[in-house]
Amino acid sequence: MNKRSKETLFFQILRLGTYVTVSTVVALLAYLVYMGSDMLSFSFVTSFPREGMTAGGIYPAVVGTLYLMALVLLLSLPLGVAAAVYLSEYAGERESRLVKIIRIATANLAGVPSIVYGLLGLGLFVLFLGFGFSLLSASLTLSLLTLPVIITASVEALKTVPHSYREAALALGATKWQTTKRVVFPHALPGILTASIIGLSRAAGETAPIMMTGVAYFLSGLPQSVIDQFMALPFHIFALSTQSPNPDLTRPIQFGAVLVLLLLVLSMNLVAILLRTYYRRRLS
Amino acid sequence: MRSPKRLGEKIIERLLLLSALVSILLVALIFLFLFREGLPAFAEIPLLSFLTGETWQPVAEEPKYGILPLLSGTMLVTIGAVGVAVPLGISTALYLSEVAGSREKEILKPFIELLAGVPSVVYGFVALTVLATAVQTLFGNTFRLNALNGSLVLAVMILPTIVSIAEDALSAVPMEYKEAAWALGASRWETLRRVVLPAASSGVFIGVILGIGRAVGETMAVLMATGNSPVVTADFFRSIETMTAAIAIEMGEVVHGSVHYSALFAIGLVLFAITFVINLAADAFVERSVRRFKR
Repeated sequence: MNKRSKETLFFQILRLGTYVTVSTVVALLAYLVYMGSDMLSFSFVTSFPREGMTAGGIYPAVVGTLYLMALVLLLSLPLGVAAAVYLSEYAGERESRLVKIIRIATANLAGVPSIVYGLLGLGLFVLFLGFGFSLLSASLTLSLLTLPVIITASVEALKTVPHSYREAALALGATKWQTTKRVVFPHALPGILTASIIGLSRAAGETAPIMMTGVAYFLSGLPQSVIDQFMALPFHIFALSTQSPNPDLTRPIQFGAVLVLLLLVLSMNLVAILLRTYYRRRLS
Repeated sequence: MRSPKRLGEKIIERLLLLSALVSILLVALIFLFLFREGLPAFAEIPLLSFLTGETWQPVAEEPKYGILPLLSGTMLVTIGAVGVAVPLGISTALYLSEVAGSREKEILKPFIELLAGVPSVVYGFVALTVLATAVQTLFGNTFRLNALNGSLVLAVMILPTIVSIAEDALSAVPMEYKEAAWALGASRWETLRRVVLPAASSGVFIGVILGIGRAVGETMAVLMATGNSPVVTADFFRSIETMTAAIAIEMGEVVHGSVHYSALFAIGLVLFAITFVINLAADAFVERSVRRFKR
């Protein structure tokens, strides 16, 4: 076999591998959309489950997930961005030992399994601090889980701001903080936004950590305060498909809930990816 | 006039540093609470029989706390997932970085990154309802939910990690390397295999390591896909249970403070140790690959 045809052969193999993978996943997603679309309606998302969850909608689960996301945003975004600003703007070019440890710790936290965060949440928030099995414990747990995602991506966003911008501001007599706040931060904002959307969508889809810190199988009302238990979409899917007395009976509701969760999470991710692409293009 | 401004600057810097320290605090808290809640287990269970015991029966009349079946379950699905995802992931990364047109890449890469955002419970649901049936139709296996099912769904889940990181590494190889190879008469394929892939090898390896880390720590998808019976086996068609699944399933039913409760935290400790080592290894490779192209 000559060089040319060998090259063509191998490139075709790579192409085949890629497209087999991509088309399998596209087919699966299409199947989920197809199966879920029968259920998808306004009343499905806005009505309570009825008849022992075998009929009706998924309203409390949707609301629970939205509550979780709001609290996670509130708790993890300010802290995560502040940490990122320090690491990127204040830590200096030659990193000290402390900064190096912070960086390694952050990278490591991003790889800690979500169930380990669940254990931490159970030990720390539910039992030790006495927040109980509640929306508060679950949100705090998910915030910790989201934090490394937000820090890592925000540092990257801050690092893309050209050095000359900082130098120009400093040369005009601005202090470090003024430079950071007025010059660096606005330019990094789209990137930081991307980071928080991705972190938030991850929190919205997590199941294992909330199972151990506050999610309920069924509640007849919405949570009234942060110390109440709550329902959530991902757990609802899990519970209906594995823990309910007759999973086959509620299959359509399960597919409907899966589609709602997918739409929520994937639309957030899509916005984040588009934002990043647009932003990168503008910078280069 | 200057000094209050300076003071303000100093305070802000301190506050930001304090926020950054939260990462270290968090690692410390994880260690602390896993030890605090997990160590009491070893007052009742000897460490050796915990790690090498072949029976995990925490709710039996005479409870047995051997995590070997759970360790082997995690290993089996991880090996299966890596076996499927690594060849597919690397060939996809190679295709994206060296073969695909720029238009094609602009669509495919975001799509693959989008997959990383699909919640694990959705993958678990697919494994439970669709994949399990497909596998059973194809192979006629007795156990509907089994290790193969778990491996396949995990493979899809770790694919974005492998592709994304490997592709970044491949694209970072300097153009001069390729030009030099072409100038010597190498074809594009030869350049790819002999120059680009070796030059990017540590980056590709990081992708694989992080993929393994994700597979080991994944909970919901394997829980819903594998059938959850704690047996030591290397048979992909048997039902197995992973460490993560055992924690997730059993934590809801234990009495807080019991031996079983502590044993579950001890499993968490083992899990955390494994992923910590995997992450540190990845980090070491990052340092190496960063140094590589610096002159």
